[in-house]
Amino acid sequence: MSALNGVLAKGCVLDAHRPWPRVVVDEDIWRDTTAQLHEGLLTLAGLWGEADAVHMAVLDEQARTLAVITLPCPARTFPSVGLSHAPAIRLERAISDLFGLVPLDSPDTRPWLDHRRWGVRHPLGSARADSERAPYAFATSEGDGLHQIPVGPIHAGIIEPGHFRFTASGETVVRLEERLGYAHKGIEGLMSGADIARGAKLAGRTCGDSTVAYGIAFARAVEAAAQIEAPARAHHLRALMAEIERIANHLGDIGGICNDGSFAIIYAHCSILRERCLRAADACFGHRLMRDCVVPGGAAVDVDAAGVTVLRTLVEDIQTQLPAIVALYDGTASLQDRTVTTGILRPELARQFGAGGYVGRASGRDFDVRRALAYPPYDRLKFDVPILQEGDVNARVWIRIREIEQSLSLVEQILSLLPDGPIRLEIPAHSGEGIALVEAFRGDVLAWLRLDADGRIARCHLRDASWFQWPLLEAAIDGNIVADFPICNKSFNCSYSGHDL
Amino acid sequence: MRNLLLQGLTRRPLTESRPRTDDPELQVLSVRLDVAAKKRLGRSLSIRAVDAGSCNGCELEIHALQNAFYDLERFGLRFVASPRHADVLLVTGPVTKNMREALQRAYNAAPSPKWVVAVGDCALDGGIFSGSYAVEGGVSAVVPVDLHIKGCPPRPLDLLKSLLALMEKPVAAP
Repeated sequence: MSALNGVLAKGCVLDAHRPWPRVVVDEDIWRDTTAQLHEGLLTLAGLWGEADAVHMAVLDEQARTLAVITLPCPARTFPSVGLSHAPAIRLERAISDLFGLVPLDSPDTRPWLDHRRWGVRHPLGSARADSERAPYAFATSEGDGLHQIPVGPIHAGIIEPGHFRFTASGETVVRLEERLGYAHKGIEGLMSGADIARGAKLAGRTCGDSTVAYGIAFARAVEAAAQIEAPARAHHLRALMAEIERIANHLGDIGGICNDGSFAIIYAHCSILRERCLRAADACFGHRLMRDCVVPGGAAVDVDAAGVTVLRTLVEDIQTQLPAIVALYDGTASLQDRTVTTGILRPELARQFGAGGYVGRASGRDFDVRRALAYPPYDRLKFDVPILQEGDVNARVWIRIREIEQSLSLVEQILSLLPDGPIRLEIPAHSGEGIALVEAFRGDVLAWLRLDADGRIARCHLRDASWFQWPLLEAAIDGNIVADFPICNKSFNCSYSGHDL
Repeated sequence: MRNLLLQGLTRRPLTESRPRTDDPELQVLSVRLDVAAKKRLGRSLSIRAVDAGSCNGCELEIHALQNAFYDLERFGLRFVASPRHADVLLVTGPVTKNMREALQRAYNAAPSPKWVVAVGDCALDGGIFSGSYAVEGGVSAVVPVDLHIKGCPPRPLDLLKSLLALMEKPVAAP
């Protein structure tokens, strides 16, 4: 019996939750599940709150299945998961900020998303006015010659806002502490009470670089809750867009990483290929980032014969031009000197945190939602999931290169399989709960929502892959020099907005 | 590397010609900036991008301005790392409350004369995020805005046209 079945057998399974079960449990089972996370039998896939309950999504990687367990919190407290399983700590701090539910015995009780600037505390729980300012206490490091370097929230480059507090001994980073939340827009608050169309727009603006992946995750959660299945052609169109998004982002990242290693020619060539992807997306789907092109019930735009030609030409262009760029990367010793053995993430940590995407796969974690919990059309497509063990910046570059090659093949397969038929179904007004896990370029995105009887969104939670990657960046930078932080950071390329919500 | 460089010599450049900036909408933008301001700016602009809580969509398209197709530096436009070096703050996002102080400080740090360009639909009035407890509702809620570039996100060409309009002589309305 899998670890998950044990949990499911003991709790009260709810019928309205699809496609994976949700069970209401007591504190004992909650603690048992936490213990299984700690032992590595289960992987934490999400932890979020509601006004009077906390939910935890747990993944059984062996059995390739998922479940949500719910603990009612009448006393507005719950046993801390973070106490024994560190990946939960920031999620618990966010629950505490937004809902006022207190994780008992939590090792870190500082606020996370709440910078005390909202004018309100616990905005999604029992909201009350707040006019206090409280300084944030960074973790301390003491020792001879240690100095602190504060960076952000506004960075030197054109990137999202966040604060990094380095403690350095000479050039060597002794500790990095991240402080995020600057991009917190209150998306979960805006979701509550919204209709599905508005919800889809919000989901597509949660994390701009993964707008297609978020669109798919949200749409699949809605479709699960409303108990409908999108048409086959829509599944293929979605996958087409998702793979173009993946290729474009990976190209941007490879270029960006090399640029942070002061090797601008690869950046220039990758930027050209990335621009070609975006122009092809614009020509086929009417938007360079394909925003709002995925909608609950299907897809908003179809691709015609001319579009198919554009995409085939794009695939050929990249297939022709990428090898020279890759050869240049592989053959430039001065660049390899910057990436090889830099920013090593140990495989144990990647496994413990359930790190998704290239961060996990470059550190030996063999997990890709498209295969482990395959959703259509990936169950019909052939592709490899590249895995490396080294866990350094170089490995994260190579995972991206291999994934671009796989995605190019996927685009070709999808184009040749593209079935005829409708691209969109109406969503009936239907109450229910749905969950979806979708592979964005950065890793798995989880979407969970509850629809009320009118088909409006009662509660929606979106969990970016970055939640389980950001903490690992703190570990990977340990012992590296301050000057290598940008290249390490770019090799992770965690989302700020997707994390901050 | 030699091959990639040699190919660059033999192929036609990818860089596209200067976009037209004479459409009426852009001229309206342009008229709002006074002549004296334009004289001081001359033919170059130093731009400091500030993400005040965007979804990262606008950042991607601002980045694209630096690729070979748009090559914004040929117009004298360049991104600088510090607001102290900037003529223009290019601000994205609905301005989250958590970013209000940082944006205000960046504005104060930029030397006068300075201009603020708000980028993206949510930078105008909060857009889809307006009404949230966590957002100010647009850049102008925190710092004075001289120019707004709409789009979600704006295309690089629209960004480029608007930035060029900042540098051009105003044309009197007919």
